[in-house]
Amino acid sequence: MKVRAQIGMVLNLDKCIGCHTCSVTCKNVWTSRDGVEYAWFNNVETKPGVGYPKDWENQKRWNGGWERTRSGKLQPKQGAKWRILANIFGNPDLPEIDDYYEPFDFDYDHLKSAPEMEAFPTARPRSKISGERMEKIEHGPNWEEILGGEFSKRSKDYNFEGVQKDIYGEYENTFMMYLPRLCEHCLNPACAASCPSGAIYKREEDGIVLIDQEKCRGWRMCVSGCPYKKVYYNWESGKSEKCTLCYPRIESGNPTVCSETCVGRIRYLGVILYDADKIDSAANTPADKDLYDAQLDVFLDPHDPAVIEAARADGVPEDWIKAARQSPIWKMAMEWKLAFPLHPEYRTLPMVWYIPPLSPIQNAAEAGKIGHDGQMPDVRSLRIPVRYLANMLTAGDEEPIVQALERMSAMRSYMRAKTVDGVIDEAIAERVGLSGRVIEDMYKIMALADYEDRFVIPTTHREQVEDAYDLRGGCGFTDGNACSTGISEGSLFGGKRKALKMPEAM
Amino acid sequence: MHHFLFGIYPYIALTVLIFGSIARYESEPFTWKSSSSQLLRRRQLIIGSVLFHVGVLVIFFGHLIGLLTPIWVFDALGISHGAKQLLAVIAGGVAGVMALVGGGILFHRRWTDPRIRRTSSFADIGILALLLAQLVLGVGTIFVSLQHLDGHEMTRFMAWAQGIFTFDGQAASYIEDVALVFKLHLFLGLTIFLLFPFTRLVHMLSVPLRYLWRPGYQIVRSRRKTPAE
Repeated sequence: MKVRAQIGMVLNLDKCIGCHTCSVTCKNVWTSRDGVEYAWFNNVETKPGVGYPKDWENQKRWNGGWERTRSGKLQPKQGAKWRILANIFGNPDLPEIDDYYEPFDFDYDHLKSAPEMEAFPTARPRSKISGERMEKIEHGPNWEEILGGEFSKRSKDYNFEGVQKDIYGEYENTFMMYLPRLCEHCLNPACAASCPSGAIYKREEDGIVLIDQEKCRGWRMCVSGCPYKKVYYNWESGKSEKCTLCYPRIESGNPTVCSETCVGRIRYLGVILYDADKIDSAANTPADKDLYDAQLDVFLDPHDPAVIEAARADGVPEDWIKAARQSPIWKMAMEWKLAFPLHPEYRTLPMVWYIPPLSPIQNAAEAGKIGHDGQMPDVRSLRIPVRYLANMLTAGDEEPIVQALERMSAMRSYMRAKTVDGVIDEAIAERVGLSGRVIEDMYKIMALADYEDRFVIPTTHREQVEDAYDLRGGCGFTDGNACSTGISEGSLFGGKRKALKMPEAM
Repeated sequence: MHHFLFGIYPYIALTVLIFGSIARYESEPFTWKSSSSQLLRRRQLIIGSVLFHVGVLVIFFGHLIGLLTPIWVFDALGISHGAKQLLAVIAGGVAGVMALVGGGILFHRRWTDPRIRRTSSFADIGILALLLAQLVLGVGTIFVSLQHLDGHEMTRFMAWAQGIFTFDGQAASYIEDVALVFKLHLFLGLTIFLLFPFTRLVHMLSVPLRYLWRPGYQIVRSRRKTPAE
């Protein structure tokens, strides 16, 4: 057993209102630069839809993630190492920027600088890459917002696998949900495995997956390797970039920007202890449907004295072990079994998990015909097909999803009985295998979702590894600009320096 | 002048190549990259890039082995000078045409595609143009070589190249009276060496062959002084 700690995230899709605050604040902080205008480390998709970049979930097309070969070996789906190197001159699996969208801006200046004209001046779009006029914007970061576009296009959604999807194109049967997406900070990251330079690494102390910008050579294999398409190639700097889980914030005990600003309070951050020795065998589980259970098996119970002792021996700080015991992630993923990994079948063992959304009862209009399972509505008759959620979160295994939806539904019934009728109905809790006390804890964490319940983030112990005295006068985050004062505009070697206005003699 | 161009200039070019690359790697590691533009436009890239790179690699190693292997090694192996030259002409010719076609496609793409043109630096376009010119000159030397297939002239280039690397002061004199096209090819080649550290060509020093031997797939970094391993 090799115990490591990871900051995991859970998103409660039941409460996501699709406001994109997470995406916008993330963009403002991380990707408002040349070369990554098209990149959204966090984006929110409306499902069903093909998403961003187009059709990203379809690994038959993009070859992202891992595959178990016929001989039982685990290797990146785009090929073994020699295969990846053989594709280095031209990567056949790399999306083109149009698969995301061509970034654009508008000629706002024209609105105030236009001469007097017959027609009202307009701000027309212009490409942020070529600078040329774009006559028509063909795609954007959120092109399918709230079921935008034809069903025939949106229904190419990979999660419709095994679902009779035609009826969901009819107005009466339409359903939708939001899916906010960011880097999964996987236990078995396919991006890191695909990187020929070895620039992508997972941090031992908190599990954050980062790209060493000075070691990245722009071979772009990580972009195609990541099945979630959450590594972005910066066409200006020639380096790949990705979500950093806002590590400077995490290190100081603050939630990521997307989590901090989430108005629906759907995001949770906490510590998960896991057994690093089990990663390989878990990711190489033969059947896709067993991958979810296999990942649960990698996680270690922070209440188990043996685990605590092993964690201490492996150098996990005491406050991290304590945080693991209070982790909302542990509760939602392991104790309550409400949260699930996104597409476990990619075999990356992702660490950003999702609580599936409840939805209105499909046949409510047909009064009296609502499917009932005893006292509670049958979650299989909810508007969002269980199979659709299962394809997204459990590689098609419906049972865990059904149980989670039932538990969430039970939480509502229980709390309604308690607060409206003033009755504590333990039977509701028992029917879904919980107790009233657990349901009230669920209610506190998931429904009330106080800040300190959502974010249980221990600070990083840099004092144990660095001598702060050596760091004095350091230059912080300079984005490849070294400690330059910015006096010289260009670099002999083609780098860009940021212009910093220095005082000049009067 | 001849002595400067082929006796002294090689040392200037190689020195700049070596120290320039070290300086760049040390001081500006962020700029060390392949500068792929595949994301912006896939069309023409895969075919062009594969042809170009494979061609150039064959040519590069052909030159490296052909010029710097001492002539007695070939004699000992029983390869006649004529046969060696024929091999060089055929292999170099095929690879040269491959690289030229691929490079031509890449240049066309870089020059005419507004996305690529706009995001190219002067160095990106310039070095590609120089490489194309060098390929044209290189393929052009084949026609001269075909007129004397005994391999005698080739041995003079070998003597020159080996002379440069063994600090032979007379090196330049060995190629005093070769055809102009050869001299141009050599001069441009040395110039490309000189410009090497200031262009995207540095990515060739980062060929990620280590990847093949890297143990496992995953990389975990720790800040702890004593990793928990």
